[in-house]
Amino acid sequence: MLYLYDGALDVPKILKDWYEEEAKSNYGAYIPFVGTVRAEDEIDGLSFDIYEPILESWFQAWQERAKAKGAIIKMAHSRGDVMLHESSYIAAVFSPKRRVALEFIDTFVEDFKASAPIWKYDLKDGKRIYAKDRSTAIKGSGLLAK
Amino acid sequence: MVKVEFLGPIQKDALELDIKNLNELAAILQKDEQMKEWLETCAVAVNDTLVSTLEQELKDGDKISLLPPVCGG
Repeated sequence: MLYLYDGALDVPKILKDWYEEEAKSNYGAYIPFVGTVRAEDEIDGLSFDIYEPILESWFQAWQERAKAKGAIIKMAHSRGDVMLHESSYIAAVFSPKRRVALEFIDTFVEDFKASAPIWKYDLKDGKRIYAKDRSTAIKGSGLLAK
Repeated sequence: MVKVEFLGPIQKDALELDIKNLNELAAILQKDEQMKEWLETCAVAVNDTLVSTLEQELKDGDKISLLPPVCGG
């Protein structure tokens, strides 16, 4: 369950919708992570590009791993501009018992940062500047430099 | 012909090339001044699957994508 939105995420609605969708699914734990755009380096906000085909297959691989543990993952992300103190990212794991969800939310979000095909830009003085220094090369990068 | 597309912050239009494998693509892009700074840090996908070897054979109509460093969230 991967949801992409244009602009900022409606956090209360998404968390409520996900809660209600699984309220009767017999999961004992619902552990959400909400990412919020912080004021730093004088930015006005962030902006995102997403390559959806590979994001979908990356997410499906994680959903299979969760399923093997009786859990499910839901994720929402923004496309385009998200301003200060708005949210661009929500991930949540539902599992029968808390330990699986706590561990999955950690490893899932870390791999998301390192592997999901999403590009971040700072919005500053009317410009959209690639956040190169905060970005991570996907595993196996550099193939064409050889 | 195969199509090569440059994702995210790489400001480059897609290319249509008559090549048979990724070795040929590497040779072409290594001569491209604009691409030199990106090649070390780009991952490569063929038809939306990430690949790990230059020996990958290409066929007519394949889509190759270059993915620069990512930062979601």
